[in-house]
Amino acid sequence: MNQWASFGEWLAMGGYAAYVWPSIGLAIGTLLLNMVMARRRHAQALQRALRRLAVDGNGNGEA
Amino acid sequence: MAMTPRRKRLVLFGSVLLGVAISAGIATLAFRDNLQYFYNPSEVAAGKVPAGKRFRVGGMVPKGSIHRETGSLTVNFEVTDFEHTVKISYSGVLPDLFREGQGIIAHGKLDNQGVFVADEVLAKHDEKYMPPEVRDSLKKTHTPDAPAPAAGANQS
Amino acid sequence: MATWTWFHKLGSPPHVYRIAGRFAPWFGWGALLCIVYGLFGGLVLAPPDYQQKDAFRIIYVHAPAAWLSLSCYTAMAVAAFVGLVWRMKIAHAAAAALAPVGASFAFVCLATGSLWGRPMWGTWWEWDARLTSQLILLFLYLGYMALRSAHDDLQRADRSSAVLAIVGVVNVPIIHYSVYWWNSLHQGATVMKADRPSMPTEMLVPLLVMFLGFTLFQLWVLCTRLRAEILDRERNARWLQEQLREGA
Repeated sequence: MNQWASFGEWLAMGGYAAYVWPSIGLAIGTLLLNMVMARRRHAQALQRALRRLAVDGNGNGEA
Repeated sequence: MAMTPRRKRLVLFGSVLLGVAISAGIATLAFRDNLQYFYNPSEVAAGKVPAGKRFRVGGMVPKGSIHRETGSLTVNFEVTDFEHTVKISYSGVLPDLFREGQGIIAHGKLDNQGVFVADEVLAKHDEKYMPPEVRDSLKKTHTPDAPAPAAGANQS
Repeated sequence: MATWTWFHKLGSPPHVYRIAGRFAPWFGWGALLCIVYGLFGGLVLAPPDYQQKDAFRIIYVHAPAAWLSLSCYTAMAVAAFVGLVWRMKIAHAAAAALAPVGASFAFVCLATGSLWGRPMWGTWWEWDARLTSQLILLFLYLGYMALRSAHDDLQRADRSSAVLAIVGVVNVPIIHYSVYWWNSLHQGATVMKADRPSMPTEMLVPLLVMFLGFTLFQLWVLCTRLRAEILDRERNARWLQEQLREGA
């Protein structure tokens, strides 16, 4: 880790900060977006299923 | 042998996939030359390049071939695939990786003297990564001017 | 025929719903650990490259994104094939669950590649075989998702999109071998080859950890989205109602 003299030097990425950081940011952002969307998709499906269960009441599924 | 519906579907979709794969393979072979991103100096020497048209030539910049014209941005250099060499003339901004021993790809046209006049020069690097210290020690122990396998070296 | 029981179990929605729910947290936390360590290793610990300097660090997100987009498409095509041949609904559900994550990382691969190409090659984009075939992969994903949403009938959506997924899989080897079959601006593979990786250990380890992290992340998304698909598809099934009443 001795290659970085300071935090600022690390941020500068040897002059390539304008290319490195957007790449990392885009990757992390896409990971988070996929996480949020997948969870929301699951939560919505679960809500629908539970609502259906409440309406059907006795749960005479057609299976 | 009796074909169950499942086996029929297996044969059907299996042959669809096989058919697509074979036609993709044939198309790949047929368009191989058209899909080349650049030509090697040997192909240029053999006259395989489109006459009078713009095309790309790629290869390694040999040691000592770079000459900058004083007072202008024009750079004259060569690219080689270790069999033939193409002279290139270019004026403009060069990529960070442009240097002797580097693979490059130039886009432009051949002039009457057989000099390739480029209006765009891109650098091509190989798939090897190493820290500077390792590179330096490699340089000391091995032949110092052994070029990294560059553009066109993997293609005959 | 005992060897086929695992296969039939794999086709049973209650079984898959439970299995996916049990494995999801492991995949999720594993992915988080790997990606945090991989990014730290790649951005802080690893030495710079002798010629690309610190710009080479883009590889730590670019290559794993490429790997995810390709492995995800392959898995999607296999699932679609199983769905068509064995009429297995859960396989179609898995294919549908994989598409969004694969598509988004096909885009990340292209965008980070562009950000890497500008300073190193000197161009944002070139129509070279590798770049073009990867762009086609993104279009295949988008076409797959568009085709699914164009059908109101789920069975028709499953079957027609599955044919597209299967046909498109020929693009996967083309992407991988494009740099060897054609003269290309893009370099050959550093890790994904039979030879030893062209990288010293201190650079390679964080990259491999990132590959593992992205793979685990893809599995986490698959589990979560597959459970959602099962909830929607099996909404009238008795097992699901019992499961929900128990509180799942």
